[in-house]
Amino acid sequence: MNNSAENLRRIQKSLKKRYFVERCFLWSGRAAITLGLLAVLVLFVDITSKGYGAFRSTEILLDIHYDADALGIDNLHDEKQLAFADWDVLLKNALREQFPDASGRKERKQLYGLVSNGAGFDLKERLIANPKLLNTSEKVWIIADDDIDTYYKSWLSGDPYAERMSEKQIQWIEVLDEQGAIALKFSKNLFTRGDSREPEQAGIWGAVMGSLFTLAITFCLSFPIGVAAAIYLEEFAPRNRLTDFIEVNINNLAAVPSIIFGLLGLAIFINFFHVPRSAPLVGGLVLTLMTLPTIIITSRAAIKSVPPSIREAALGMGASRHQVVMHHVLPLSMPGMLTGAIIGMAQALGETAPLLMIGMVAFIVDIPQGFTDPATVLPVQIFLWADSPERAFVEKTSAAIMVLLSFLIVMNMTAVWIRKRLERRW
Amino acid sequence: MPDMKVNEKHVTVGKQFHDDPRMTMRNVNVFYGEKQAIHDVSIDIGKNEVMAMIGPSGCGKSTFLRSLNRMNDTVEGCRVEGEICMDGESLYNTKLDVVELRARVGMVFQKPNPFPKSIYENVAYGAKIHGLADSRIDLDEIVENSLNKAGLWKEVKDRLHQPGTGLSGGQQQRLCIARAIAVTPEVILMDEPCSALDPIATARIEELIKELSENFTIAIVTHSMQQAARVSDRTAYFHLGQLIEVNPTEQVFTMPEHELTEGYITGRFG
Repeated sequence: MNNSAENLRRIQKSLKKRYFVERCFLWSGRAAITLGLLAVLVLFVDITSKGYGAFRSTEILLDIHYDADALGIDNLHDEKQLAFADWDVLLKNALREQFPDASGRKERKQLYGLVSNGAGFDLKERLIANPKLLNTSEKVWIIADDDIDTYYKSWLSGDPYAERMSEKQIQWIEVLDEQGAIALKFSKNLFTRGDSREPEQAGIWGAVMGSLFTLAITFCLSFPIGVAAAIYLEEFAPRNRLTDFIEVNINNLAAVPSIIFGLLGLAIFINFFHVPRSAPLVGGLVLTLMTLPTIIITSRAAIKSVPPSIREAALGMGASRHQVVMHHVLPLSMPGMLTGAIIGMAQALGETAPLLMIGMVAFIVDIPQGFTDPATVLPVQIFLWADSPERAFVEKTSAAIMVLLSFLIVMNMTAVWIRKRLERRW
Repeated sequence: MPDMKVNEKHVTVGKQFHDDPRMTMRNVNVFYGEKQAIHDVSIDIGKNEVMAMIGPSGCGKSTFLRSLNRMNDTVEGCRVEGEICMDGESLYNTKLDVVELRARVGMVFQKPNPFPKSIYENVAYGAKIHGLADSRIDLDEIVENSLNKAGLWKEVKDRLHQPGTGLSGGQQQRLCIARAIAVTPEVILMDEPCSALDPIATARIEELIKELSENFTIAIVTHSMQQAARVSDRTAYFHLGQLIEVNPTEQVFTMPEHELTEGYITGRFG
């Protein structure tokens, strides 16, 4: 038998050890969190440092003369004339005027290579928007070719990358820089255009629209179906082997690799139902399959968290089961359901693999206007750009990742906000 | 300590029947799966009577109460046998709809459970789902009357549209009573309505039960013998799922007929 003094001594002896264990636990937790934050920080810094350049692109100031004869146009309302006109000729003339020293085919070609391939079409749009410009001159900032862009940016940062530049081109750029006729401008193309083979012409707007259309389909299908399934399983379904079986399989579905959903979508939606491939419609359907288990599981958890006393109160008042669900359970569990849905949507937004299987990996220049237009989505666009050999696509890729991440952050913040805002306490 | 074993063929002692019954229960057995919770209970609850049900924990008094408005239907594996009638009509007869039954037999629960809505919405809920009010004015009147009867009107009339969950525990319970009487049931079941309340709030509820007994039949389950003695006309003593004794309250607490009842009220067990 221990007397109380002996007990006290033992307790005091054990205290030191107990507090030591507690401190170890505390510090290992802090270390884990620091590590996690550090990883996130490195990711953000890396992506931002690579990608921020893409928000600005190099432009060259040229004196453009809209020469009707050179274009071969006499009527600005004639679509055919506009389509057949050689718009690049305006750029070529302007460039030759700027640098008369370029002689011979080779040098001329290098000279014309200063500006983007698609810049002629920008001039076409300018002229159509303002027909008075015909046969007059104006100074226009023309978007530069991606090699020039890469060189100019690296030159500005003091570490010129001249692999794909000729000596002549380097000279011209120095001349332009002295004249103040070359500068970095906010890249409107990045936010207004679809994909392009030319990095300076490529934008993410097509992918953003594709993502929006796809997510709209996903939300409109998966939220009502998921909530209805959750309510049925939680409130109405009898507890038996069949419902147990369904429950186990919903949990299994949540763990199925997403590419399998892509194969399923390919086999069922495209090959059997003939839904147009590469379209947000089929993408949304596939992502619905993928998101449903998440929404069902979170919705069931939300329904379960409604206190039984509320159900009893309503039942005791003579409410039918349907009324109990509609008047009480659903409104009370809605914040939880919405949170689950948003997290499911965020998952769907970042999903690439299943969409590869249904053709959303195609090279699509046009911005999708509806649910059945061919489209691609943000993560797939990142995948496509990361795969492109042009050096300028490296920063485009990082810029697209930044845009995708900001969408995800906004969605997750909305989820937190909804939870905080609508949460009720009993 | 008295012999706590219950006889196989137990006979309830005292005056378990009533001349003018609102509810009549005959040979009621309740099972949870294999386990039998209520053994062969027969009892009447008279019109405008306050019937208290007392007994040690787990004696089945709440289970019995909950079978009077079929709240046990929601419990998985619960089965009720025997005959429970209200005004001569069998409750477990399929002809009587459970929604109608619960409009006629209201219930107040152990823990105050107002809906997380406004005070007004809480009281108006029953009238709304049963379609009792033809207009907004009717509804306002129902809400005011019910809150008045529950003794809550003066306290809440200026904040009808604030959440009912913001009231104190006692007020919440009176709100739940107001909610129950808003659909003018014939019977009100109360399942330990004061066990979560402080003594002052409890006293208010007890007063309220007295007042309500003028218009309603009340069956109340309680842990507190003093409460049973204060509010009820007759008291039923349950023990291990059997109804041991039913007698006028005064008699139960002064001269109990059965030794188990005596053992319980004198505090020898329970």
